[in-house]
This record gives sequence, C-alpha cells and structure tokens, in this order.
Amino acid sequence: MALDTLIESLPSLFDGLGITLLLTAFSIVLGTIVGILLATGRSYASRPIAYLILIYEKILRGIPLLVLLFLIYFGLPQIGINLDAFTAAIIGLGLRSSAYQAQIFRGAINSIPEGQIHAAYSLGMNKLKAIRHVIMPQMLRLSIPGWSNEFTILLKDTSFAFAIGVIELMRQGRYIQVRDPDLVLVVYLLIALIFFILVFSTNKLLRYVEKKYQMAGYQAEVHR
Amino acid sequence: MAADFGQFFINSLPDLLSGLGNTLLLTFVSITVGFFLGIALALGRVYGNKIVNGFCVGYIELIRGTPLLVQLFIIYFGLPSVGIIFTPIQAALLGLALNSGAYQAEYLRGAIQSVETGQMSAARSLGMNKLQSIQHVILPQALRISIPAWSNEFIYLLQYSSIAYIIQVSELTAEGKFIAAQTFRYLEVFAMIAVIYLLLTIVSTEIIDRIAKRLSIPGIGAAKRVSLRDI
Amino acid sequence: MEDSSMTMLEVKDVYKSYGDVAILKGVSFTMEKDETKVIIGPSGTGKSTLLRCINQLSPPDKGHVWLNGVEITNPKSNINKMREKIGFVFQDFNLFNHLTALRNVSIGLEKVKKIEKEAAHKRAMQELSRVGLEAQAGQYPAQLSGGQKQRVGIARALAMDPDLILFDEPTSALDPELIGDVLDVMKSLCGKVAMLVVTHEMGFARNVADEIIFMEGGIIVEQGSPKEMFTNAKMARTREFLGRIGALYGDQEGG
Repeated sequence: MALDTLIESLPSLFDGLGITLLLTAFSIVLGTIVGILLATGRSYASRPIAYLILIYEKILRGIPLLVLLFLIYFGLPQIGINLDAFTAAIIGLGLRSSAYQAQIFRGAINSIPEGQIHAAYSLGMNKLKAIRHVIMPQMLRLSIPGWSNEFTILLKDTSFAFAIGVIELMRQGRYIQVRDPDLVLVVYLLIALIFFILVFSTNKLLRYVEKKYQMAGYQAEVHR
Repeated sequence: MAADFGQFFINSLPDLLSGLGNTLLLTFVSITVGFFLGIALALGRVYGNKIVNGFCVGYIELIRGTPLLVQLFIIYFGLPSVGIIFTPIQAALLGLALNSGAYQAEYLRGAIQSVETGQMSAARSLGMNKLQSIQHVILPQALRISIPAWSNEFIYLLQYSSIAYIIQVSELTAEGKFIAAQTFRYLEVFAMIAVIYLLLTIVSTEIIDRIAKRLSIPGIGAAKRVSLRDI
Repeated sequence: MEDSSMTMLEVKDVYKSYGDVAILKGVSFTMEKDETKVIIGPSGTGKSTLLRCINQLSPPDKGHVWLNGVEITNPKSNINKMREKIGFVFQDFNLFNHLTALRNVSIGLEKVKKIEKEAAHKRAMQELSRVGLEAQAGQYPAQLSGGQKQRVGIARALAMDPDLILFDEPTSALDPELIGDVLDVMKSLCGKVAMLVVTHEMGFARNVADEIIFMEGGIIVEQGSPKEMFTNAKMARTREFLGRIGALYGDQEGG
C-alpha cells in the first residue's frame, strides 16, 4: 500500500532528477569556460586584470552558495534584472564553480615547467598560440583529477537550488513528503541513493577518462 | 542615500548579530565534533581490522557521496517517522558534524599515511605499544601536516552552515532573508550578509595561519603544503 | 637475576619469507653479555631482516629467539617489555620529527619506562653529552646533519639501558666525512653493552668486533674472530668477499 504510493511518486522523482542533471550540466560548462579564462588571465594577463580576477575569485569563494543564489534571484530584480529560478541557479552555481575551477587550472598551469613556454616562443609562436597549443593541452590533462572532484561537488550542490524554488530532485522529494508523510524516510533515503549512484558512476567514468588521457610520466595531482 | 543605508544597517544589526551567533555556534561545534569523529574514522581506516576498516570506508563513502541537504532532511524530516525528533538547531548540528567528520577523516587519513613508516618502527623499537606510538609519535606529526586542509574545512563549514536556514535555524542567512522579506531591500541585505561572511572568512584564515605558525616545527608540514587555497 | 652462565641472546633456526621469496633460511647464533658482533655480507642477503626478526619488527616465520633466557618469539610474551631491553639504530635514523633531540632521547624514558619528566630529561642530557651533542639538545631533526641525527638515534637507544643494541647499517645513509663521528661513538660503547652491527665498514669490523658473521643467501656462511676471518677464512666465498671489500676500501683503518 505504501509501496503503491511510492511507485506513483517515481515519475515526479524522475522529473526532479532530470532537472538536477540539467543544472549540473549547464553549471559545470559555465564554470569550466569561465574558470579557464580566469586561470589563463591570472597567469598570463596584465597585472591589473590579474588583480581583478583575484578579487572575483576571493569573493566567490568567500561567500556561501546560498547567499549567492539569494543575491542573484532576489537581489538582482531590484536593479531590473529578473531571472527565473532555473537560470539564477545555473548562474550562481556556475560562477561559484568557476572560482574553484580557476584554482584547479591555475595549479595545473603552475606545475607545467617554465621551459615549455620558452620553447614555444623559440619556435616563433606568439603568446596566444603558445597558450593554445602548448600550455592548454597540458593544463587540461593535469586538471582532470581536480576537475572530477569539482564535478561531484557541483552535482551535490545543485540541491541548494531547492532554496530558490527550482523543482529539482530535493524539491520533488519535499512535495512527496508533504503529500504522503508516511513516505518521508523512504523518499529521502531513495533520493540519497540516487545521488550516491550518480556520484559513484561519474567518479568511475572520470577516473577512466583520467587514465586514458594521462600524459606518460606526469602525475601532478591538483585538488580543490 | 548612504546615510539611509547606514541607518538601515544599524537597525538590522541586532537580528544579524543573533544570526551570526548561531552561524558561529554551528561552525565551531561541527568542526570540533567532526574532528574527533574524523580522527576515529581515520585511525579505523589506517589501523583497524577488516571489519572496522570496512565500516569506516562505508560511512565515509556514503556521506561524501550524498548532498549535505539530503542528510539534513533525513535527520530533520525522516527520523521523526521512527520516533527520533530533533529541534532544527540540533538537527543542523548533528548533520553538519556527521558530514564534516567524513571529510575530515579523508584528509586526516592522508596525513597519517604520509608520516613515514620508519617513525612507527622507531616508536615500537623503544617498547611503545601501538596506542602509545599513535598517540605520541604519529598523531602529533599527522595533525600538523593536516593544518592547511583543516583550515579549508573551517571555511567550508562557515559557509555551509547557511544550509541550516532551510530547516528553519535562525542563523545569519536566515536572519538576512527575514529582514529582506520585511523591507524588500533584498539586494542591500544580502550584500551586507555577503560582506559579513567574507570578513569572517578572511579573519578566520588569518587567525588559523597565526596558530599554525605557532605550532609549526621545522621539517613538518611546511614543505608539504599541497593545497592551493589562497583565500 | 642474570645468570652469567646463560647466553644473553640466542637465535635458533630463524626462517623468514616475504611472499614467495625466502630471505632467511635457517639462521642460528648466540651472543654473550657486552659482546660486539658484526654481520657482513652482500646486500639483500637478509642481514637487516635478521635484525628485525630479533626485535620482532618483522616476526620470523619459523624459529626462536631468546633474550636472557626469555623467549621473545613466544606469542604469549610481552613484546613491548622485551623491546625495552633491545635498542635499535636505523639506517634512516627515524628520529621523531616533531620532537627536539632532547625529547627524542627522553620520550622512551617518559612514556615507556614511566620515569618522571625531570629525571628523564636529566638522563637524556647525559646520553646526549655522551655522544657529543649536548649543544644540539633543543634542535629539531630537520635542523641536524645526518651524522648528528644518527648520534641522537644512538643516544635514544642507549637511554633505555638495553642489554643489546641492534645497528642496521648505521652509516650507510651518511656522507663519507660524517661516518667517522658515528663510528667513534660506536667504538666507545664496545664492552659496555652488547652490540650486533650490520655494516659494510670493514675497518670497524676488523678492529672492533669480537666476532664477525658472514652471511649470504639467507644463511650464515662462516663466523669467527676478525683475525680468523680476515687472514685465515675457511670458506672460499668468505675469502673472496673479504678480499674484494678489502680492495675496495683499501684495507684502511676505517674503524
């Protein structure tokens, strides 16, 4: 009997799972693109720009995700920017992730020996070419362990979107709890299990990718 | 306009301060309880037999593989259905502590394992038993090695304590939301809150760094700073 | 309680394997009070493993070890109590990194022998003076040279008043110019405490040992006084090894 109601709730949990996955996907992409720009900027751009980037990173790593989400979703409308909850969540999650990813990428860049870029210049490459063809490929490979870590953190952090009303997995769970109070423990345990499976499988997948693209002899580990 | 904001800030101060009190309570209690839990788990992982080790790994993987929010909901909403009822603050403290314990266990384990095996051999050769060796030789070194990671954990807890808002604990973020909802000045309020968190982060980092310097011993920890945080 | 007619250390038929590889294949010998024995032989032949079997850091697979008539290898005996009587000096020093030189020497006294702190520190300072390092008492291992570290290691072992000190290639990790200081300390201990030393320092073996044991392939090939071993060894292999080493080290008075 309780099982029936649980099975009836499954579709809504699936919807929630879908939103969770979308949130993760969009945010990680945003975070990665911005993160690479920030890291490259901090290492290779002019002093003032590097300093601005530093400030940005410190702010985004220094305030709670929840406060950031509230600022974007509730605060921005005051100056005319109205975002729906889903978009606000992606921007909040993505920008915060970009600050942490910048750290990972920068660590990777720093572990590339200086001789690499000298060799690139000696071949006649300008700065942009050198970064694109010599630094970037190495940086990306070295970042994989730290990036994988960040990915799973982001996956779990999407649960915060609950607080601004995004109907992802947690909120679906809450709705089910309110509708059928008997199911409360089962539902959240089930949600925990779903997350666990997601985290576990992405970790396995990313570890496979890491092995595949590893540069022979290069084992620098860069973590958040 | 600035004066108006100033006045607003001063009016909000009492509520914000009470919220801040709860935030600090949550942070300090959970990092402390989490620390002892973390040490127990780490020692279980490194020195325990198969069963103890398995249990510790299981616990750590479960906690780290699921969102903090889910853990809180299970404690606050789920457990009452089997008769265990917590107040919001109790649930938040429990959830944060159990969560932190798992994460601290991981870096404590790394630190314990990075103390060379020769140290244990030397301690045993003097006639110390396993417990004495761990207590007097391994842990003093491992704890110093973990200081950077521990400092990170403190900052994380400071920020993640805001999650308690969701289960109705009146910490800093909750107070902010409350004031904002009444005055509709969302942007200013949350900007203020953000600044407060930033200041807390900067001050705590500075304090922990000072303490670390006091405790530092030449040859331990300093060279092993692998963490990249430069908050 | 010590019966002077009883051998201090008896090692009997010790076997030890790591996985499939047999390291020790039946080693037996004895030691008397205050005797100095040196074990020599090619690397990887189980010499260090033998030392670790004696203080049970690596318990032997088969065989027995007795210290003053008490069987260490008996599972029922209190190994920690036994280890108080056996000192160990490591090739890699293994000084406690988080403690000063003084505390490195006193910690065994404080925590294992339960001696009161002030008395323990006083004794530790005595031992440090004995090895010539009282000025370094407040320094941490990271601030000491290799030779100084090893001398602290010896002081740490001495402070426990052991019946026997095991030396596992004590000078192998040192720069050549620092070896002399450590060997001098070891020489000063001869006749005051039993020493079982695994080393490549032939000069030391020749000039200081009461008996030399030549090990190869996990067994004792030959043992005898330095005179016998260096000038009149019975086994061809012994003559060969000592001859080669003599040529390498120039038969010098390295001891």
